[in-house]
Amino acid sequence: MSTILVEAPGLQTTVQDLGRNGFGPLGISPSGAADPISLRLGNRLVGNDEGAAGLEMMLLGGTFVFPEGAILALAGSDFGALLDDVRLEARTAVEARPGQTLRLGPTRSGARSYLCVQGGISVELFLGSASTHILSGLGGYQGRALRKRDVLRIGSATKSFRRRTIAPQASEQLSERSVLRVTPGPQVDWFAERALHSFYTGTYRVGEQSNRMGLRLEGATITQQGAGEMITEGVSLGAIQVPAGGSPIILFVEQQTTGGYPKIANVISADLHRVGQLRPRDEIRFELVSVDQARRLLIEQEELLASRELILE
Amino acid sequence: MQTLTTGAAQFQPASDQSLLVYFGQQITLDAHQRVRKLLRLLEEKPIAGVQNLNPAYCSILVSFDALKLNQGDLEEILRGYLVRLDSMQIPKRRELQLPTCYGREFGPDLNEVARLHGMTPDQIIELHASVSYIVYFLGFVPGFAYLGDLPEALATPRLDSPRRSTPRGSVGIAGSQTGVYPFATPGGWRLIGRTPIAMFRPDRKAMSFLSVGDRVRFLPISAAQFAALENA
Repeated sequence: MSTILVEAPGLQTTVQDLGRNGFGPLGISPSGAADPISLRLGNRLVGNDEGAAGLEMMLLGGTFVFPEGAILALAGSDFGALLDDVRLEARTAVEARPGQTLRLGPTRSGARSYLCVQGGISVELFLGSASTHILSGLGGYQGRALRKRDVLRIGSATKSFRRRTIAPQASEQLSERSVLRVTPGPQVDWFAERALHSFYTGTYRVGEQSNRMGLRLEGATITQQGAGEMITEGVSLGAIQVPAGGSPIILFVEQQTTGGYPKIANVISADLHRVGQLRPRDEIRFELVSVDQARRLLIEQEELLASRELILE
Repeated sequence: MQTLTTGAAQFQPASDQSLLVYFGQQITLDAHQRVRKLLRLLEEKPIAGVQNLNPAYCSILVSFDALKLNQGDLEEILRGYLVRLDSMQIPKRRELQLPTCYGREFGPDLNEVARLHGMTPDQIIELHASVSYIVYFLGFVPGFAYLGDLPEALATPRLDSPRRSTPRGSVGIAGSQTGVYPFATPGGWRLIGRTPIAMFRPDRKAMSFLSVGDRVRFLPISAAQFAALENA
């Protein structure tokens, strides 16, 4: 059995797959990779199923030793990775020899980098998923972020090494953008024309207290019309809720499952992976699209991900 | 507010991959029963492409795979489900008890709540433990039960600024709701007591101590009983 030794954990490194859906009635949000597209691509580079578990690193990466060697790839943001002393090419599979050390540093682009290994990270599944839900201490590796001296198991792998890389053009199309596209939220009527105008024309800064539960935004405050009290209801992934103070919050992968603040808008499915790459202090704007447009954009994105030209061998 | 006719519901897209089904805009037993029935029906006969359900007081959020379903088709299928709600049987409510130690370090806001209502702490405890509450739904975090209806005399606004962390098992009140924090999480509800019962245990088959539709009563216990139950 192959393993990964955690020599340094990084800022917040967790085991993630594509999340556990279907447990809303118990109050459990899906969790899963904050940038699922990067995890899927990383898995394909090493020959895994797209949904295999990998390591999600945030802002500052860790140091990992592979005592038995491994076939690995990094996807997502550039954390300046070195395998022993050799700089690793981004989004390209590489074979680590037994005893080699992978070192990642602070991010040079977005918020998250994914380490995928052939065979995937093997942990006991909780409700069918390897994803860590940090807030409730469920799933992943002991329900928490990795610590120094943790030992992770790598699932069994039988395939041989092939040098795969992602077509630069595709990387470009999928990369970060500072404009997030949104559809109207279920309580959009609670906001006056003026409030909507400032929401769609203003620039928002991602707050320092942002995490996998939600991203707090700083910028033009949004006032509701009237002083209605909302009845708590289910909240969707990427919902942008506006508490009484008027500073919007984007609800994210480890979100609360229900909430009582009005939602002005919702990030479209095709842009959710970009939310996972937003760092504190990044500046963003919002652009309104229709639900039909949002669906077309998602279909286009999936077509790009399914295209033969995406992965070069 | 209009009364809903049989099976009536409103649909509202929440995102490009989710749809809200509302049974009115009021917390009523009637809406709650419809939520329970639709939830049960959707769990018994899942719709292909539906990925998640988030029930609440008078709504269910239905999340779906936008590559397999669209809002219009989902609405159409759901209408077919709604007409069957009246003939749906739902399980009898379970009656449960939650031993709770009120006041002091267990309920740091008890005295303030008493002061706000011009009552003694003992009167607050007696009132809170005097009624049987309905579990409207589980939400917010795993196993957090939204309980109602709180006796009107106890309705208290949330804290002005939420606590960074509330101890697990804390019993809180917010507006006309009461509930128990299953995990140490941030929270703005006023804490009046604490239960030693583990509200969410992933190693248990049912995981959550409370389920949608249960009835539950708080049973006042002493600090010594709390310690004994916590170590049991």
